Amino acid sequence: MSAENTNPAIEFRDVAYRVGETQVLSGFNLHIARGETLVLLGRSGSGKTTTLKLINRLATPTSGEVLVNGASACESDVIRLRRGMGYVIQEVGLFPHFTVARNIGLVPKIGGWPEEKVRARVEELLQLVGLPAELASRYPHQLSGGQRQRVGVARALAADPNILLMDEPFGALDPLTRDELQREFLLLQRRLRKTVVFVTHDLREALRLGSRIALMEAGRLVTVLSPREFLTSPDPWASAYVRAFGDGLESAANRGAS
Amino acid sequence: MNVIRFMVENQAQVLELTLEHLWLVGVSTFLATLIGVPLGILIAHRRQLNRPVLAGANIIQTIPSLALFGFLLPVPWLGARSDRLAILALTLYALLPIIRNTYEGIRGVDAAVLEAGRGMGMTEVQLLFQVELPLAMSVILSGIRVAAVISVGLATIAAAIGAGGLGEFIFRGLAMVDDRVILAGAIPAAILALLADFSVGWLERRLRLR
Repeated sequence: MSAENTNPAIEFRDVAYRVGETQVLSGFNLHIARGETLVLLGRSGSGKTTTLKLINRLATPTSGEVLVNGASACESDVIRLRRGMGYVIQEVGLFPHFTVARNIGLVPKIGGWPEEKVRARVEELLQLVGLPAELASRYPHQLSGGQRQRVGVARALAADPNILLMDEPFGALDPLTRDELQREFLLLQRRLRKTVVFVTHDLREALRLGSRIALMEAGRLVTVLSPREFLTSPDPWASAYVRAFGDGLESAANRGAS
Repeated sequence: MNVIRFMVENQAQVLELTLEHLWLVGVSTFLATLIGVPLGILIAHRRQLNRPVLAGANIIQTIPSLALFGFLLPVPWLGARSDRLAILALTLYALLPIIRNTYEGIRGVDAAVLEAGRGMGMTEVQLLFQVELPLAMSVILSGIRVAAVISVGLATIAAAIGAGGLGEFIFRGLAMVDDRVILAGAIPAAILALLADFSVGWLERRLRLR
């Protein structure tokens, strides 16, 4: 392995983030390894989404720094930085006036790919996320929630980024569709081995998808644990989470960090 | 029926004044769009400018039109030709609805959509032309539509300073106390207003159904 591969993909160094008088994030230190799925778990307002936005510089740290591939996110060209990562948010993020094909092909297109190459890539991605090719010419409002979310994932993967940022991507879906998409996410991730940072407040989802779980509370990182460790952790916040979700979690954690 | 006979007998003049009217309204609406849309875009992105700009456009709107035409009369280059002057005044009046609708239209674009675009590495210019303007287009067009309809009415007053248009008939009719002459100006003006409303509205629907 070359030195570059042993560097963390993303590193938070003593990061704090404040908006006006509100301390959103403080004393935040975290390494995210290449190819892992790190889940940021926490309740609403705990700073998960902000943490994600610090990575693609939709937010800039008040102090400390965020390193992406060893370079400070603040020093590199922000547009290039963002194009090197996929970004998936709840279904609202699709452009309503673009067809599915244009939505998916957006990043390659603004990256200057030739037309045919974009089209071929769109076809490939539709297949990858399990959508029929004829959806390409539809508009987002003509799709179901699950289909829209698949388009969102395809769009994030379009330019083949190494890093994927996912902000509660399956949060607005019904349980069956969510289950299906989680399963497909695991299969996809086994193949693609992206570095994924995944935000959720759903412990079950965190246990199922994450190789490690970073638990956040009130703008602080409480602990980082593997799914198996999480279930038996003596940490009060972790055990409070486990209690709140009740029985049957063990089976969810089976995949673990296999 | 007298009106119709009058209009048929003077059809050449009715046509000429209608075309003059259309020219005044068309040019001023076009200029106001050219100025108002970029201004609206600007104040949607630079919040601190929105109050002064909208206040300015509002103040212009409150000046009585006859007074504005009068004020502008002594201005050197403008005063030389009354149609220039009328076009300037009509353009100023048309600004407010266009600026305001452009501003509101862009402000109304879903923040999540913009954030997704930004997060994917779109530049601000790409966001503006590929996301904000297309999504705000129908609101912007309805502002232009309101501006055009208002201009049709206001342009009748331009005749008071000799800029021509259908107002000529109206003022002449008032002076002659002849309803036929007044209506010969008012009816085509009303039709023009409806046409302006309809044609921009049609464009608006076309763009929305894409």
